[in-house]
Amino acid sequence: MNTIDLTALSRRRLFSPRAWTALLVCTLLIACLPLANLLLEPAHPLYVSSYAVSLIGKFMCFALAALALDLVWGYAGILSLGHGLFFALGGYAHGMYLMRHLGEQGESRMPGFMTFLSWQDYPWFWAFTEYAAWAWFLVVAVPGVLAFLFGYFAFRSRIKGVYFSIITQALTYAAMLLFFRNETGFGGNNGFTAFRRILGFDITSPSTRAALFWVTLLALVLALILARSVTQSKLGRVLMAIRDSESRLRFIGYDPLGFKLFVWTLSAVLCGIAGALYVPQVGIINPGEMSPQNSIEMVIWVATGGRGTLIGPIVGAATVNGLKTWFTGAFPEYWLYVLGLLFVLVTLFLPQGIVGLIRSVAQRKKGVDA
Amino acid sequence: MPTSAHSPLFLLYVPFRAFIFALVVMWMTPGAAQAAPAEPLDPAIIARLADSRTEAKLAAIAALGQSANPLASQTLEALLAGVLNVVAPDTVLIDTGAGRGLNVASHTEQIMPPEAQPIMVNNRLRRAIQSALAGSRLFSESVATRLAAARGLQNSTDLEHLPLLEKALKNEAQADVRRALEVAEANLALQSPDADVRRDAAVRLGQTRSAAFRSTLVRIAEPRPDGTYAETDESVRAAAASAVRMIENHQQIVALTGHLYFGLSLGSVLLLAALGLAITFGLMGVINMAHGELLMIGAYTTWLTQTLFRQWFPEWMNWYVVAALPAAFLITACVGMVLERTVIRWLYGRPLETLLATWGISLILMQTVRTLFGAQNVEVSNPVWMSGGFTVLGGLVLTYNRLIIIVFSLFVVALVWVLLNRTRLGLFIRAITQNRRMADCVGVPTGRVDMLAFGLGSGIAGLAGVALSQLGNVGPDLGRAYIVDSFMVVVLGGVGQLAGTVIAAFGLGTINKFIEPYSGAVLAKIMILVLIVLVVQRRPQGLFAPRGRSVE
Repeated sequence: MNTIDLTALSRRRLFSPRAWTALLVCTLLIACLPLANLLLEPAHPLYVSSYAVSLIGKFMCFALAALALDLVWGYAGILSLGHGLFFALGGYAHGMYLMRHLGEQGESRMPGFMTFLSWQDYPWFWAFTEYAAWAWFLVVAVPGVLAFLFGYFAFRSRIKGVYFSIITQALTYAAMLLFFRNETGFGGNNGFTAFRRILGFDITSPSTRAALFWVTLLALVLALILARSVTQSKLGRVLMAIRDSESRLRFIGYDPLGFKLFVWTLSAVLCGIAGALYVPQVGIINPGEMSPQNSIEMVIWVATGGRGTLIGPIVGAATVNGLKTWFTGAFPEYWLYVLGLLFVLVTLFLPQGIVGLIRSVAQRKKGVDA
Repeated sequence: MPTSAHSPLFLLYVPFRAFIFALVVMWMTPGAAQAAPAEPLDPAIIARLADSRTEAKLAAIAALGQSANPLASQTLEALLAGVLNVVAPDTVLIDTGAGRGLNVASHTEQIMPPEAQPIMVNNRLRRAIQSALAGSRLFSESVATRLAAARGLQNSTDLEHLPLLEKALKNEAQADVRRALEVAEANLALQSPDADVRRDAAVRLGQTRSAAFRSTLVRIAEPRPDGTYAETDESVRAAAASAVRMIENHQQIVALTGHLYFGLSLGSVLLLAALGLAITFGLMGVINMAHGELLMIGAYTTWLTQTLFRQWFPEWMNWYVVAALPAAFLITACVGMVLERTVIRWLYGRPLETLLATWGISLILMQTVRTLFGAQNVEVSNPVWMSGGFTVLGGLVLTYNRLIIIVFSLFVVALVWVLLNRTRLGLFIRAITQNRRMADCVGVPTGRVDMLAFGLGSGIAGLAGVALSQLGNVGPDLGRAYIVDSFMVVVLGGVGQLAGTVIAAFGLGTINKFIEPYSGAVLAKIMILVLIVLVVQRRPQGLFAPRGRSVE
C-alpha cells in the first residue's frame, strides 16, 4: 500500500515556527518606528525622524511591488518590464480619490488642470471617485482587469520570454505617453499632487502618516503570507514547473494559460495596491512612474535581493533604494554608474541575489561543520 | 533661345527646372527685347514726372503703371531707387553710373549733365510706385520678373489691374508666364458682371489646383449663414463647387504624398536603428538594451568629427558627415566588441539576464556621455548639400537630408545583406545561428565570430547614429527614444529576417505618419504599439518568420 501521506504533501506548512517568530518580531520592530517618532522627543536617542518614517514607508511600498514582481518572475518565469504601469495605475486610482478632496476641509474642488482645460465637469471615468470605497475598488480592479486582458491575449498566443518582456515594456511606454497628454484627464505632465485630506484626516499630520505606515506594513505582511501560501500550494508547484519547462508541462497535460493568468493578475493587483499606498505617503503621482526605466528598476530590486525567494525582493527593494537615497544625496552624478554596475554585477556574479548568497554561505558552513 | 526645346507642360510640372531656365534666360538675354520693343516714353508723362507737384507725379506714375512699355517699369524702379534725375522739363535721365544716364524720352544713353537733380520720393509716392510697378513689371524684359509680377497679382482684388492683365496676356509669349497671368485674370474676372465670364473664371481657378483660391471659390459655391448666395447665377455656383472639389482632391494628393515621404523617412530611421538589432538580437539572440546608447555614441561621434573639422579643416566642413561615418562605425563597433568580450559572452542562452545586464550598461554609457559632454544637447549642423529641399506638386517641400537618409538606409541594408550572405564572416555567423555546437565542431572560431558579429551590429548602430544626428537633437537621451521602437520593428519583422526588418520598418514608419494627422503623434504611437501587440498575437514569431517545426 502507498504509505505517503498525500495531505501532508499538498498542505505544507506555511512557515516554520522559527520563521513565524522572525516575521512577527520584524513586523513589531518596524511597527514601533512611527511610535518612536510620535511619542519621543527629537532629542531622545531612540527618536526616529519623520523623514525616516516616510522613507521607510515608501520602501515598504517598493518592497510590496517587488514581491509582486517576484511572484511572476521568480516563480513563473515571466519577466515583466511593465509592472511600473500597474503600480502607477493603482496610484492614479487612489490619487483620483485624493484629488476629489482638495478643499480646505476636504470638500470637492475642481483640480487646477481641469479648470485649465476649461472643463465644466469631471470626465466619466472620474465618476464616484469621491467615495473612498469605489476608489479603492478601482485600485484593485483597474490593474487587475488590464493585466487579465493583456495576459489572456499574450499567454493564449504563447508569447513568452523576451518577447513578453519587450511587449510589456512597450505597454507601459504607451501608457506613459497617454498619461502625459493633458487631454487624457489625469493632469498630464504634472500628474496629481498637493493632496490635502484622506478620509477626512489631514494627510500631512504625523498621526495620519503613522497610520499610513501601519497600513502599508500590514499590507506587506499580508501579501508576504499570501504569496507564501500561493507558492507553497500545488498551484505554486505548477508555476515553478512552468518556469522550468513550460513545454514539458504541456506535454504532461496541463494547460499553463490559467495558472499564468492567475499569478499574473494577482501580481498586478498587489502592485496596484503598492502604488495606492505609495501615493498618499509621497504626495505625488505622475506619468514618470510609468517610464520603462522605473519598471526595469523594479526588476533589479528583485534580482539583487534574490528571485525565487519571497524575502529576497523585500531585502532587495530596501537595499537598492537605501543605496539610491544615500547616493543621490551624497554623489548624485555617480548613482547611475552604481545602478548600472549593479545590473551587470548581479546578473554576472549573483544570479541568486543576496538571499541566495547568504544561503550558499550558510550551506557551505553547514558542510564544513558536518 | 532655348525655350522651344522645352514643352510648356514640362515646364509647368517641373517648376524647379523652370526656375533654373528663367535664371539662364535672364543671364543670357539681358538686352534682348521680346514682348514689346523698347519705345521712347510719352513726352506728356515725362513732363509730369519732372513737375515739382506731387499730384502731377502721381498721375505720371499711374500712367506709367498702365503702360505696356518695358521702359515704364524701368523708370518706375529707378524712381523708387532714387536714381531718376531731372535735367530739363522734357529730359529725365536714369543714372546708370560712371557719369552716364539713360534718357527715357529718347531711349538713348548720354552723359549726365552736372545740373541733374534726382527726383525725391515721399511715402505717398512710394506706395503709388509700388502699386504701379506691380502692373508695369508685367511688361519687363526679364521672364523671371514678369513671372514674379504675374504671380504677385494672382491674389489681387484691385479691378484696375484687369485691363493691364488682358494687355499683358495679348503680348505674352512665354507659356508659364501666360498661365500665371491667366490665373490672375481669372481671379479678377470673378467680379465681372457677366455670368459667363465668372463661370469661365471659376473653372480656370479650379484648374490651378492651388489652395490659395479655395476660400474665394467656397464663398461663391456655399450659401451664406442666412441661406442666400453671394453668387446669383446657379451655373457659376456649380462651376465654383466643382472647382473647389478639384482643388481639394489635389490637396489630398499633396497631403498623401507628404505622409508617404515622411513615413518613408521615419521608416528609414527605424530601419537604421533596428538593423543592428536584427543582427545582435535576430541572429545572436542577444537582447541588447544598450543599442540605443550605441546610436547615441554614433551621433556624438558625428558631433566630435564636426568639431574637429571646424578646428582643423574648415575648408572640408561640408564633408565632415562622410568622415563621421567610418569613425562612428569603428568607435561603436569597438564599444560593442568590448561589451561582448566582457559581459555578454557569459550570458549566451540566458536572454533575460542579457537584457538586465545590457540595461545596466546603457545606464553607464549614458552617464559617461553626460559626464564627458554635459547633459545638454549638442549642436550638429547639416552640411550644405544636405540642407534645403525641392518642391513638388506646388507646395510640398521634400528635404534633402531625409531623402539622403532614405537612400543611405537602403545602402546599409544592401551592405549588411552582402556581408551576411556573400562573405566568410557572414557564413560563420549564419552557421552559428543555426547550430552553435556543430559550427564549433567543424572549426568555426565561435568566440571570435561572436565578437565580430556583435561588433558589426554595434557598428551599424553607429552609422544609424550619424544619420539621426542629421535629423534631430543630439543628447545623452537620444537612444532612449528609439530603443522601444526598434525592438518593435525587429519583433514585428520576425527574428533573423533581414527582409522582414526592412518591410516592418518602412511599414511602421508609413502607417505612423498616416495615422498621425488624424489622431496626433502620441495617440498614433499608442495605436501602433497596440497594433503590434495584436499582430504578435496572431503571429508570435513575427510577420515574416519562416515556418519551422521546433517547439522552443
